[in-house]
Amino acid sequence: MKWARRAAMTFLVVVLAAGLLANWIAPDSYARQFRDLPDVAPSSQHWLGTDDLGRDRFSRLLYGTRISVLLAPAAALVSSALAALIGGAAGFAGGWLEGCVMAATDLFLSLPWLFLLITARAFLPLNVSPLASVAITFALLGCLGWAAAARVICADARALCDSDILLLARASGSSGWRLLRRHVIPNLMPVLSAQFWISIPVFILTEANLGILGLGVAEPLPSWGSLLRELENFSAFSAQPWLFAPLLLLVLTVSCFHVALENREVWT
Amino acid sequence: MRTPGRFWLRALARHTARMLLVLMLGGFLGATLARMAPGFGQDAEELDSRLSRESVAALRQARGEDESLPGFYVHFLGRMVRGDLGQSQTLQEPVRQLLAERFPETLESVGLGLALGWAAGLGLAIAAVMWRSAWADLTAGLAASVLLCVPAAVLALLFVIIQAPGRLVIGLIVFPKIFQFARNLLLRAASLPHVLTARAKGLGGLRVLIRHILPVAGPQLLALAGVSVSLALAAAIPVEVLCDLPGIGQLAWKAAMGRDLALLVDLTMIVTLITLVANTGAELLARRPREGGA
Amino acid sequence: MKRRELIALLVVGFCRALPGAPGSWAQPGSQLRFCIHSEPKTLNPLLVDDDASETIRYLTGGVLVRLNRMTQQLQPELAIAWKMNRAGDAISFTLRKNVRFSDGTPFSAADVAYTIHRLMDPAMHSPTGDSFRFGNGEVETRMGGEDRIYIKFPAPIAGLDKLFDQVAILSVNSPNREMAVLGPYYVAENKAGSYLLLKRNANYWKRDSAGRQLPYIESIHIDIEQNRDIEMLRFERGEIDFIDSLSAENYDRLAARAPATIHDAGVSMDAEQIWFNQFPNAPLPDYKKAWFASARFRSAISESIHRADLARVVFHGHAQPAVSWISPANRFWFDARLRPYPFDQKSALRLLTQDGFSLRNGVLYDRSGRTVEFSLITNAGNSSRERMAAMIQQDLAGVGIRLNIVTLDFPSLLERITRSYAYEACLLGLVNNGLDPDAQMNVWLSSGENHIWNPNQKTPATAWEAEIDRLMRAQASTMEAKKRKEAVDEVQEIVWRQAPFIYLVNKDALVAVSTNLHNVHPVALQPQVYWNIEQLWMGPTRRRDR
Repeated sequence: MKWARRAAMTFLVVVLAAGLLANWIAPDSYARQFRDLPDVAPSSQHWLGTDDLGRDRFSRLLYGTRISVLLAPAAALVSSALAALIGGAAGFAGGWLEGCVMAATDLFLSLPWLFLLITARAFLPLNVSPLASVAITFALLGCLGWAAAARVICADARALCDSDILLLARASGSSGWRLLRRHVIPNLMPVLSAQFWISIPVFILTEANLGILGLGVAEPLPSWGSLLRELENFSAFSAQPWLFAPLLLLVLTVSCFHVALENREVWT
Repeated sequence: MRTPGRFWLRALARHTARMLLVLMLGGFLGATLARMAPGFGQDAEELDSRLSRESVAALRQARGEDESLPGFYVHFLGRMVRGDLGQSQTLQEPVRQLLAERFPETLESVGLGLALGWAAGLGLAIAAVMWRSAWADLTAGLAASVLLCVPAAVLALLFVIIQAPGRLVIGLIVFPKIFQFARNLLLRAASLPHVLTARAKGLGGLRVLIRHILPVAGPQLLALAGVSVSLALAAAIPVEVLCDLPGIGQLAWKAAMGRDLALLVDLTMIVTLITLVANTGAELLARRPREGGA
Repeated sequence: MKRRELIALLVVGFCRALPGAPGSWAQPGSQLRFCIHSEPKTLNPLLVDDDASETIRYLTGGVLVRLNRMTQQLQPELAIAWKMNRAGDAISFTLRKNVRFSDGTPFSAADVAYTIHRLMDPAMHSPTGDSFRFGNGEVETRMGGEDRIYIKFPAPIAGLDKLFDQVAILSVNSPNREMAVLGPYYVAENKAGSYLLLKRNANYWKRDSAGRQLPYIESIHIDIEQNRDIEMLRFERGEIDFIDSLSAENYDRLAARAPATIHDAGVSMDAEQIWFNQFPNAPLPDYKKAWFASARFRSAISESIHRADLARVVFHGHAQPAVSWISPANRFWFDARLRPYPFDQKSALRLLTQDGFSLRNGVLYDRSGRTVEFSLITNAGNSSRERMAAMIQQDLAGVGIRLNIVTLDFPSLLERITRSYAYEACLLGLVNNGLDPDAQMNVWLSSGENHIWNPNQKTPATAWEAEIDRLMRAQASTMEAKKRKEAVDEVQEIVWRQAPFIYLVNKDALVAVSTNLHNVHPVALQPQVYWNIEQLWMGPTRRRDR
């Protein structure tokens, strides 16, 4: 599996680099409208054709990569950290604290957060730059996406408490950070890496859907999510296969994360 | 046999009390969120240029802008105790009737979605872990990636185009999440020393799985099962809206878009109740061996 | 009544011109299917305000007179003759005899009187009733036997007769209340949030030229389907029979796949427009309020927008640059002398310079050196509006203005434009319901609730708004069509010059109709396809049911 990991890592680095270097690589600005060429098929001038306003799809994909590949994993990291913190604390503490935290988690899973997001939009100024808007959106997603994983982590932490591992470790004199680093975190890792991996595409897609609330990426900035929304125009499916390019890139990236997050001890 | 019996009874009483409390809190928070968000009490009809000032005022009043939130909630709970769930403003029907009409649809689609998601997710996770094959894992991972990356709307539209039952989409949305959590949990359990020893001793795959791996990952998988109900309910919203399935998810969407307070609070409480029952049930099952045996 | 005879002739002539009508008077088992895009908010014809409810009212309600959507003239329905008095505050109708409601209750002048009193009841808050409400006082009705009624309103109403197109007559005696109707169909089933089933009204009075009872089609199945793509898919599968207000993309798609089904009925009544928030107490910085209050600034924005590109790129050519609050589709009232603002960024910059703005290194600065940047809100989910906004953003960048686009869900947007006034500019299409400009009094009077850029003014904020107030009142107080037209033309010209609303494009009325549905003559006015519902008939092809 070493080769697979290496290939995945290389791919991720290439994608990230392409996003970061979009200013130099992209043939056009992401906002430039070739108004005489809306919705054209791929050509040597426009590798992935143009969108319905005549903007170069390839350039938009590159600039979108920068936003999505940087911000979505960051938000996923936030949500995983929150899940670890909240679920872990509840699981280890047990008792009434666990009851309260788990009740809060249940509430978190069932409340209509849509309205919180609408309210958040109302508190933001209208003249916020597209980049700030998308950063805020991902931050919100990171803060709201932890609940499901926290429940599993809590069960995980409780099992860990009951197991002999911690007892043995304590007996052998480990404590504090060392205990956390050597025993607790590695044991919570499977759930956390699953949460991290799942959150990336979910957040990328949710960001685009939040566009209807005035959150997320604002025109003219592109993101993978907003590019993927073009697929919702189903009639375009068969006639314009190049519309699948962002989906393909996203699937490949997410798969590479899957491989890269591989539990080392298992496969070696 | 007395001890487990008392354990169950005590746990049931404690959990019922807790659930009631959380349920009330959920209703209140749901009402607060909906009521405080901008756009409550707004009606596109206000833009109708024919309306007189008095009619606009009447329209605003009818949308319940005047009632305070605690006032609303007290009235609402009072009615609920008498079994009246209120009247939906957007659909002009009693909420009770709407729920009765739509609940079976969602029960069926979420149930089917969960069954499908778990069968595929757990099945592939077990295959990936037990075969210890990189290719099996990669293939399953790729399938999960594809399903995670395709927007729910696109999946739903695809199903509409090929005229397949839209309910299956819920399963496809839940599947990758279950797969990834289950796979990682099982992988860890499979790498524990005693499992490796059992394998080295030549124990069959199935026996290792049932005797050694599943018991270790059991509590977490049960917790995942509880949470997956919430995931499936959340997935039901876009799927029911796009595939035109007249269920609770579609109702929730209409209620949110129309800021239909009574309907929203009822739906929040129902979703909270389902979440609580699923998660508490899973928790009780997971704890049974430990506390029951104590 | 020469005019009435002419209309009668028109109707008869029209019926004769029908392509071969079906053999039997009703088509057993025939069902028309189509989608509406939201829940009808009410089935009470007096309270109708949204499009979906209007659809049901149009199909089920019997009216005294009907505005023919093709000729844009009134034609007799339940009233065979009518006459307005010279002052314009009273009208008398001679009613058709031997007409029955769908439940068999006989129709008489008492029903009309009852309907009018319900309609004008202030506690009813009927939007239709409000369009009759000018001046205070009670409405008065006098019956002259079973078939004559005289209605007197407290104040003159311009275009009074045309307003009755919206008044569906209720029964005073029927135990079924509003569900007893005089229109071609009645509501047989209503599954909230899902569909409505209308059935042919067996007591409908209208007959075709051969004396056969109308309507031909036995039932109408109306699905509630928000998603336009799914509607399109169902049309292509033959599950529904027509789509109205089709998007330009779907129109072009069908043009390639099924060219026989599409119709471009010409420019519609809808306009897309931008306006700036000029409310004095809006939570905006003063310098921005000063920009937005300047007619030169607004005209410069208007000149910086490439309307022809909007029509070509966003609407694939199925739209035309807009000029005025009255669409060219409104043949009588549109001021044909007006020309759209040309796309001329040099002229726009000249105007801006006059206001103290200056362009340096591609960025526009105002008098006090602030960069010119503002936000434009629009409703989410309307892809053509989102695309228009993106194009306008590019256009304004050409004069150094930075535009931030924010899409909001509709209730949030409404809250901003009607309550909190926390917005800078808004892109929206305000729907014109009636042909008569009187229906828009609330938009143009500075004291109006819908004078949306600066509503509910105590006294007009500007001289030109005062002038519009005067002209709108003048047109409402006279019954002479020529004088009214002159006043309304002048209002259109003031609005063009002052640009409180920057009109962008008028969309075409695009529809798709199954080749199985016959006698369809799509028009620009709503309802575009089924305005002659009772005359439509289905071909023999069996449809695939869902």
